[in-house]
Amino acid sequence: MTATSQTVQLDPLAIEIGGTPIAIRTESLAFRELLASRYAGFVRACPNPELELAIELFEPVEPAQADEDLQVRLQGEEWCIERGDFRARWNPAAARGRVRQSANPYAIDSVLRIIHTLILARQGGFLIHAASAIRGGRAFLFAGVSGAGKSTISRFAPPDVQLLTDEISYVVRSNDGYKACGTPFAGELARVGENRSAPLSTLFLLEKGPENRIGPVGESEALRSLMRNILFFAEDAGLVSQVFESACKFVNQVPVRKLIFVPDERVWDIIGQQARE
Amino acid sequence: MIAARYIARNSAIAARLVGGEMMIMSATDSTFFTLNDVATVIWQAADGRTPLSEIVTAKICQEFDVCPEEAERDAEQFVNELSQHGILRVSELPIGSSSPAPPERP
Repeated sequence: MTATSQTVQLDPLAIEIGGTPIAIRTESLAFRELLASRYAGFVRACPNPELELAIELFEPVEPAQADEDLQVRLQGEEWCIERGDFRARWNPAAARGRVRQSANPYAIDSVLRIIHTLILARQGGFLIHAASAIRGGRAFLFAGVSGAGKSTISRFAPPDVQLLTDEISYVVRSNDGYKACGTPFAGELARVGENRSAPLSTLFLLEKGPENRIGPVGESEALRSLMRNILFFAEDAGLVSQVFESACKFVNQVPVRKLIFVPDERVWDIIGQQARE
Repeated sequence: MIAARYIARNSAIAARLVGGEMMIMSATDSTFFTLNDVATVIWQAADGRTPLSEIVTAKICQEFDVCPEEAERDAEQFVNELSQHGILRVSELPIGSSSPAPPERP
């Protein structure tokens, strides 16, 4: 009996986040279906993708270590992105990359986040550790470290609020400011955000307290807090400087406020007032 | 005789004076610093040509209520920390090219 391997030619799956579709090419039907399910709402038809990522799956001999240190560095024309559970290359000029990973979705999730941070850094945007939502046609960011209340705020969102994410927000520059876009990068709620966007109104820094109120934040504190929460992984002097400059521009244009809140649904009353102002 | 130390701002950094505070980001390891008033004066005077001891006596001791010994000790500590993150260059000889002082925000 002869062992044969079968190569399957599948259409790429385009995952569009922040208006930027990245076509994922894999020869595994099962993995393609897994991605289609995980990124439901962010998958769209894309016959001629500008950005493409080819995935090569392998069977790990030992369990992959996702908590190993991540490295993102530029080698020649390509970004080398490596962690215990994957190895990826991304060529920004060719808009093409490849990933070698086991068939777990966490690796590709991380690779997508990193590639988006690299793309956004050149455009003055960024990914930020924050929940975000749209109310009254305007977007609000809720930033804070783990435990600050991102999932709590998201959980208590009333029905007229469209939740963009409870964990990682996508901020892009627009003609007259910034807009926040939904992401499939979920936190505690394990709920994919809505794939829509809106002009950014306010960045709230979350702080649990005895009452609901909005407080002022000085410019330097705003920048410090923003820098603490921006996701950026690349070891590259030029890009780091660009991200810093983008953060400075952001705090110059977007109101940053402290949101002190009691963890229940009433916090949305003052966010609603802010949305109407 | 103790050798003079010269300090210069590294070019691989991003810096801004924001809300009266000097904020610096190391582009090599992404470490983020907020400088206090004294450290800001040292940072702004780090032109690679003025010895650190002269910065301390001519600027720190003049502008702040601090004795030279204490000022020099604090300055050494500050310089050592920032040089470890590649933010300041330190040499026993004058340093040729230093990046210009960061612009103040409009």
